[in-house]
Amino acid sequence: MASQIVSAILTVLVGVFGCVAYFWGANRLLDLAYPAHGVSGMRAVDNLRRQGLIRPWLFVGPALILLGVYLVYPVVETLRLSLFDRGGTNFVGLANYEWAFGDREFRNSIFNNFLWLLVVPAACTFLGLIIAVLTDRIWWGTIAKSLIFMPLAISFVGASVIWKFIYEYRGGGQTQIGILNAIVQSLGLEPQVWISLPFWNNFFLMAILIWIQTGFAMVILSAALRGIPEETIEAAVIDGANPFQIFWKIMVPQIWGTIAVVWTTITILVLKVFDIVLTMTNGQWNTQVLANLMFDWMFRGGGDFGRGAAIAVVIMLAVVPIMIWNIRQATREADGGH
Amino acid sequence: MAARGSVAGRWGVHLAVLFFVVLWTVPTLGILVTSFREAGQIVASGWWTALSSSARTEAGRLPTPETQVERDGRFLLEGNIFGEGQSGTVLAFGTRAQNPTEFAAGATADIRDGATLQVNEDGGFTLSSPTRLEGSRGQRVYYQASTPPEFTVKNYETVLFSEGIGRSFINSLTVTIPATIIPILIAAFAAYALAWMRFPGRALLIATVIGLLVVPLQMSLIPLLKLYNGVGAFFGVPAKTYLGIWLAHTGFGLPFAIYLLRAYIAGLPREIMESARIDGASDFEIFVKIVLPLSFPVLASFAIFQFLWVWNDLLVAMVFLGTGTEQLVLTGKLNALLGSKGGDWEILTTSAFITILVPIAVFFALQRYFVRGLLAGSVKGG
Repeated sequence: MASQIVSAILTVLVGVFGCVAYFWGANRLLDLAYPAHGVSGMRAVDNLRRQGLIRPWLFVGPALILLGVYLVYPVVETLRLSLFDRGGTNFVGLANYEWAFGDREFRNSIFNNFLWLLVVPAACTFLGLIIAVLTDRIWWGTIAKSLIFMPLAISFVGASVIWKFIYEYRGGGQTQIGILNAIVQSLGLEPQVWISLPFWNNFFLMAILIWIQTGFAMVILSAALRGIPEETIEAAVIDGANPFQIFWKIMVPQIWGTIAVVWTTITILVLKVFDIVLTMTNGQWNTQVLANLMFDWMFRGGGDFGRGAAIAVVIMLAVVPIMIWNIRQATREADGGH
Repeated sequence: MAARGSVAGRWGVHLAVLFFVVLWTVPTLGILVTSFREAGQIVASGWWTALSSSARTEAGRLPTPETQVERDGRFLLEGNIFGEGQSGTVLAFGTRAQNPTEFAAGATADIRDGATLQVNEDGGFTLSSPTRLEGSRGQRVYYQASTPPEFTVKNYETVLFSEGIGRSFINSLTVTIPATIIPILIAAFAAYALAWMRFPGRALLIATVIGLLVVPLQMSLIPLLKLYNGVGAFFGVPAKTYLGIWLAHTGFGLPFAIYLLRAYIAGLPREIMESARIDGASDFEIFVKIVLPLSFPVLASFAIFQFLWVWNDLLVAMVFLGTGTEQLVLTGKLNALLGSKGGDWEILTTSAFITILVPIAVFFALQRYFVRGLLAGSVKGG
């Protein structure tokens, strides 16, 4: 253990030193290769121009290489692999996609993913908005927000343990130690095995993600609410609007853009959700989702990279519209800004 | 806004917020409380009863009459109804199942034929009979006792030292710290170049970074796994190493890092940069002496994000570091325990709490930076 700590510290130092050495050294080399001082005026101008051409690439170089290796290349390679067989050697055309759409488990995953996409972003945004509005009106709102925000720091696996304990079912007349079943029992109803309850079990898994992500929605929306000009609300009060009208007709329309951002951010997260399903059910009892199915095929029976890649491409396709929208928003902002 | 609304409405707001706070904290509270309870108690009663003294009615038997003594013409049997290791306060007792709390603690109860039974609060009892006590079985006794809340740190000892959580904790730190520090510097240089240096293809690069923000991680796993295996085989080194996972986390974290840092650095005042340039400072000097110190808040924001993300990650660690006991990080270990120790809640809750302790501490200590990063990262577009 001690040796591991020492080697970790050493690597951090080597890594940081390596980075600094690269950036400093590369700059120094460039200055030496094209000196801007101590040479004749024309040469200096020319050298400065060349420096200006090269230096940006020295700065973005390491990032570009890492982005290329870890994100751009894999995207292209996944597209290619999805057209090949399990080992990635023989071209099989669209066979993997044909298999996928004929596969019961895959179609079940698509259905479940749709459920997740419908429920989780909507629930998080709605609850986040409600809590943001309510907490802005009380003196202990900051503490309340902090506590509701906290699950965002908890890992999906940790959250799964927490919620598994809530859903715990004990049969045969034993004391229920899961709080949900204890409540159900005290209401005079029959305790349930929530995790394997057909169809509804999906919602019990979604509750975990909603629990984690509502804080995120709340913080972002709370900031947006504070940006609403006070006069618009005062004017509505003078006109005799009730709190619900103020909320729906004055506040919500003004933060519509932020709501969209929160919604899409959570949507992307939902598409990638994997840990919760893996740890809670591993896709049993019809709770499979695409991300977990893909992980499953990566290792199932030694791994079928072709099928895994095909599932990854399907996830990617779902993200592409959001990606295009994001880039458009950002470029529009940049055009307006600088 | 607080001035608006009736008194009832304001109370309603307080109650509603309280409701949400309770709903959001109770789940975590559940495992925190449970991790300090004994295994036997965890399955005997819900964790929400752990804080109060629990009153429970129990049935037991007094010892067999062998140990009776004769004193002043009466036969006495004395002892304590609580067994070894038990404690509590007796509230009431009885000898009939129909009425288990017939007599208050300390009272002397006539049971039959002149025999009396007295049970004190501390559980000490005296059975007194005018005739010799007979039979091979002890007298049936029912009692209601309240047990004080009992907490223990034994679970933590077990989990840290014999379940391998300690080892995983070190592994998690080994993965997280370099994977948090390495991307900061690389992203900061790139962000500065994208914000303040003019070069062909800059706009395209920015668009690419924003596009890569949403690429699902799952896309990259299979090709990278193949690449790692290939590199490992080529150089004759293991494919799953810490270096591999640091670089993987760095690569996955870069789009967000560049995006967040660029937005901030682009917003720094132009005059500072220009006056430094007029004074003859190079881009490198401007970056190191002006941009880096001014960007501290956003660097801190990103560091927290990356730290939480890497610490809480399960997928990347499982793929690039493997699932052997030696390499498991905390999340992986917890996942493995869920499989192998499904019903051992004392192990699971304690392990889970250790896992979430560090991120929660970081979160509460640096919440300001975290929120700032969150706002910068998403309100502007991502």
